[in-house]
Amino acid sequence: MAAGRVRKVLGRAVWGVRAYGFIAAMWIRSSWAYRASFWMMLAANFATTALDFVAIMLMFSQVDALGGFSLPEVAFLYGTACVAFGLADLILGTAERVGRRVRDGTMDVLLTRPVPVLSQVAADRFALRRLGRILQGTLVLGWALTRLELDWTAGRVALLVSMLLCGGVIFGCLFVVGGAFQFWAQDAAEVQNAFTYGGTTVLQYPPTVFGKELVRGVTFVVPLAFVNWLPALRMLGRDDPLGLPGWADLAAPAVALVCCLVAGLVWRAGLRAYRSTGN
Amino acid sequence: MHLLRLNLAVAASGFRRYATYRVATAAGVFTNTVFGFILAYTFIALWHERPQLGGYGQSQALTFVWTGQALLAAAALMGGGFQDELHERIRNGDIAVDLYRPVDLQLWWLAHDLGRAAFQLVGRGVVPMVAGALVFDLALPASPLVWALFLLSVLLAVVVSFAVRYLWALCGFWLLDSTGLSALSTLLSMFFSGMLLPLNVFPGEFGDVARQLPWAATLQVPADVLLGTQPGGALAGLAFQAVWAVVLLAAGRLLQALATRKVVVQGG
Repeated sequence: MAAGRVRKVLGRAVWGVRAYGFIAAMWIRSSWAYRASFWMMLAANFATTALDFVAIMLMFSQVDALGGFSLPEVAFLYGTACVAFGLADLILGTAERVGRRVRDGTMDVLLTRPVPVLSQVAADRFALRRLGRILQGTLVLGWALTRLELDWTAGRVALLVSMLLCGGVIFGCLFVVGGAFQFWAQDAAEVQNAFTYGGTTVLQYPPTVFGKELVRGVTFVVPLAFVNWLPALRMLGRDDPLGLPGWADLAAPAVALVCCLVAGLVWRAGLRAYRSTGN
Repeated sequence: MHLLRLNLAVAASGFRRYATYRVATAAGVFTNTVFGFILAYTFIALWHERPQLGGYGQSQALTFVWTGQALLAAAALMGGGFQDELHERIRNGDIAVDLYRPVDLQLWWLAHDLGRAAFQLVGRGVVPMVAGALVFDLALPASPLVWALFLLSVLLAVVVSFAVRYLWALCGFWLLDSTGLSALSTLLSMFFSGMLLPLNVFPGEFGDVARQLPWAATLQVPADVLLGTQPGGALAGLAFQAVWAVVLLAAGRLLQALATRKVVVQGG
């Protein structure tokens, strides 16, 4: 009985991911039809997302340290936050269009198809141009790593990889929760920008820059500190300003898992609360 | 007289149109305020390292942050407003209908955009500014005259911002896909308006050049007028804005004349 249920849930999950793949592949083919436009958009995405780092470099043209952190250290924070956010944005970024779909009535269409709604919403308008942000973050991260001269052990490599992946999952959950929130408040799509785009901006700077309350907020309320601050501070050999126990630096996978559970529940509740506009 | 009444009516409808979406406005205010806090903390760290950076004291730098958040929507510093809409009308051919109408295309959209900006200044600008003033020590002027000059400067900022976005939108007559263009226009506006970092913090000659570009008129100048830090005084700042407004609106006319000849070729 229980085994049958597990198999059913797993089967649905696999089908959800496969369906996502089909829809995403379709959108890639469609955007590839306009190649000049695609390359332009990729370049634009790269440049727009690089602006934040340009601002940081301009700041460092005037000062040697920010909140006690040097440019390579800030670049390390920037790169990790940017890649993690970029992964989530690439895979789940279009979940922020839920409100628009509810408003114009196209959400109904998604409900009639034999594919999980989240897969359809997330794969809708899948855009490879969003690789621009990931590419840009990777370049900054690579530069930071050559400058930091860290002692590379297997543990550190694993920590870096898990940081990027778990960070991507945590940001992805934010996108899903934000999308679900729009089932209740269709016009409030902009609220989630404060957490997604605002969150990644916060993580680009060292925690010492911000007030204690803000650091507490992004540790315990919206667990963004686990995306890069806590593991990165450990890698850089810095103390964390909240003085959390050492295991917290390695807790990102567990936090990411809890986020997934919460996001799944919120999404289901949101979908259940959905009322069609009736057109 | 008739023309004035018509444009006032268009502006009023622009105001009402944006005033309709209250939840969206509240969401925007929330996000502006959060970003204001984030930026304010980074600026405090920066000015802690280098007090008097760019000629600003820390409270002046913080005032700049919150002025930026207050003007973000009103002066459309991240693009948007009528730009996408006009571009879409050019793309799908509805522009032909617009050109038949016995009103001037540029004036119509300018009036509409001023109405939008008036709402967004009040609806999305005041609350973040007040929130910032309550939490941080801001260098807000006490003199009503400075505030009046600031409002005048904001008006000119919106006109310059409109004139720039109008030019971008008209490019749609030649390039049918707008996504790349609007990304580029947002990029330039974000960077050269001072939204990212005040232009007086930009190093050396790069900063001097940036301060002469039209985007400087959309945030840097109004903020400097408010702070009383405009080189040459507030009136010099207003004159700078007015010159760019006239030049860019004239350029818009010229491009519009060229484009309308093109629309006939295309057949609408």
